[in-house]
Amino acid sequence: MGADTSLRDRFEHGLAAPICLTWELTYACNLACTHCLSSSGRRDPLELSTSEAKALIDEIAAMQIFYINIGGGEPMIRRDFFEIVEHAVHQKVGVKFSTNGTRIDASAARRLAAIDYLDIQISIDGADAETSDRIRGAGSYAQARRAMDHLKDANFGEFKISVVMTRDNIGQLDEFQALADHYGAQLRLTRLRPSGRGVEVWESLHPTREQNRQLYEWLLEHPQVLTGDSFFHLSALGDPLDGLNLCGAGRVVCLIDPIGEVYACPFVIHDEFKAGNVRESGFAHVWRESPLFRSLREPGNPGACASCGSYDACRGGCMAAKFFTGLELTDPDPECVFGHGETALDARRVVLRPTPSPDHSKSVAVRLVSRKSLV
Amino acid sequence: MSLSTTDVFDPSARWQLSGQVSLRDEAFGALAYHHGNRRLVFLKSPELVAIVRGLSQYSSAHEAINAFVEPSSHERYVVALASLFRSELLCGR
Ligand code: SF4
Ligand code: SF4
Repeated sequence: MGADTSLRDRFEHGLAAPICLTWELTYACNLACTHCLSSSGRRDPLELSTSEAKALIDEIAAMQIFYINIGGGEPMIRRDFFEIVEHAVHQKVGVKFSTNGTRIDASAARRLAAIDYLDIQISIDGADAETSDRIRGAGSYAQARRAMDHLKDANFGEFKISVVMTRDNIGQLDEFQALADHYGAQLRLTRLRPSGRGVEVWESLHPTREQNRQLYEWLLEHPQVLTGDSFFHLSALGDPLDGLNLCGAGRVVCLIDPIGEVYACPFVIHDEFKAGNVRESGFAHVWRESPLFRSLREPGNPGACASCGSYDACRGGCMAAKFFTGLELTDPDPECVFGHGETALDARRVVLRPTPSPDHSKSVAVRLVSRKSLV
Repeated sequence: MSLSTTDVFDPSARWQLSGQVSLRDEAFGALAYHHGNRRLVFLKSPELVAIVRGLSQYSSAHEAINAFVEPSSHERYVVALASLFRSELLCGR
């Protein structure tokens, strides 16, 4: 049966189907968060139609992918959002979806509460409006809190509050936990990657080394907090954090974007990590046969990390974080806990960072205006 | 006082895979997903998968284990089944 390390070795060679499949329903979004990993804003005219979306779900069910993560953009903007979600759960494909909460009014909350196999993650990026709105836009925090209130009133049960960890909010860890407790919700913390529009803000917003250590210790003390295996690069600090501690891109993780493109992970929306399109050959074929995914399932090259005593814990960190900061994939993670990433960043000969291939940002950032101020 | 890992799982009783659980074969064994508690569990050997799939054909877990593995590994598989039982993957029949 073997220890968990042998299981991780198996995972390195890829699975018959992903465990963590993210499907971004739309690039349309009514917010314009500065760190948006998918550079969302405008709807793409080539978006999968309702019937294409349903056919994709049928294929996902046939592959025995037991649950999917739905994101965007703002997925609830799609008019067929409920139709798609209900189609999935009727086939026992569970849905976890991420939302900014702006579309969850009292009646949407009741409808959501009536669906089985559904998890909701509401995003905020600060424990107070000031901190959160700096990233997500004026009024967004209040709207997210309103959505949480509606879910609570509708007896949705345990939803999730999802926070991207930044230099500005790591000091608020206990407040986030208190907020989650207030709603009977689960806290979920994830890593800021320099992906999408995040390329622009990563440098100024990613946690300092000291903050990362503080986060690591806090996570060890709060094992109930979900992280989606985000912080395994911090496992190099000592005891491993819960999770696989492995970059799952193309092995256990992948992304289907709104127009059916398949990428190795949600944080590498770039031509270099594009494996194919579900419209052309179906998802299963891309997952199993794409040359990109096959190459990602080869044993990794530890490169500059080969001599590091913590390589087994951290495996050189996150591919996306390296790629979008202009590092080689064999370099240490830019946030290497021993500072080797910073050294590598300084040694880049040309600071030419790739920019995300599709960019659906609106040319002018939208302002959130509450209805009241319009009358 | 310490509780044994097989405290509530009786390997001489009749068992079956819960109707709420789906199995997906993988090279290392299988993934088991419980649609009720939404937990994902890894079955880390093909033998364990065969035993779990076969449970309902045998009059006890012991017998199912005997059908698929050498006696020297028997105890390990009792422990493995007990752990699946605790994850609510198995139920009596
Ligand atoms: S040197 Fe590489 S393996 Fe070691 S901690 Fe840094 S990033 Fe991780
Ligand atoms: S590239 Fe980074 S975010 Fe994507 S799967 Fe690998 S470690 Fe996770």
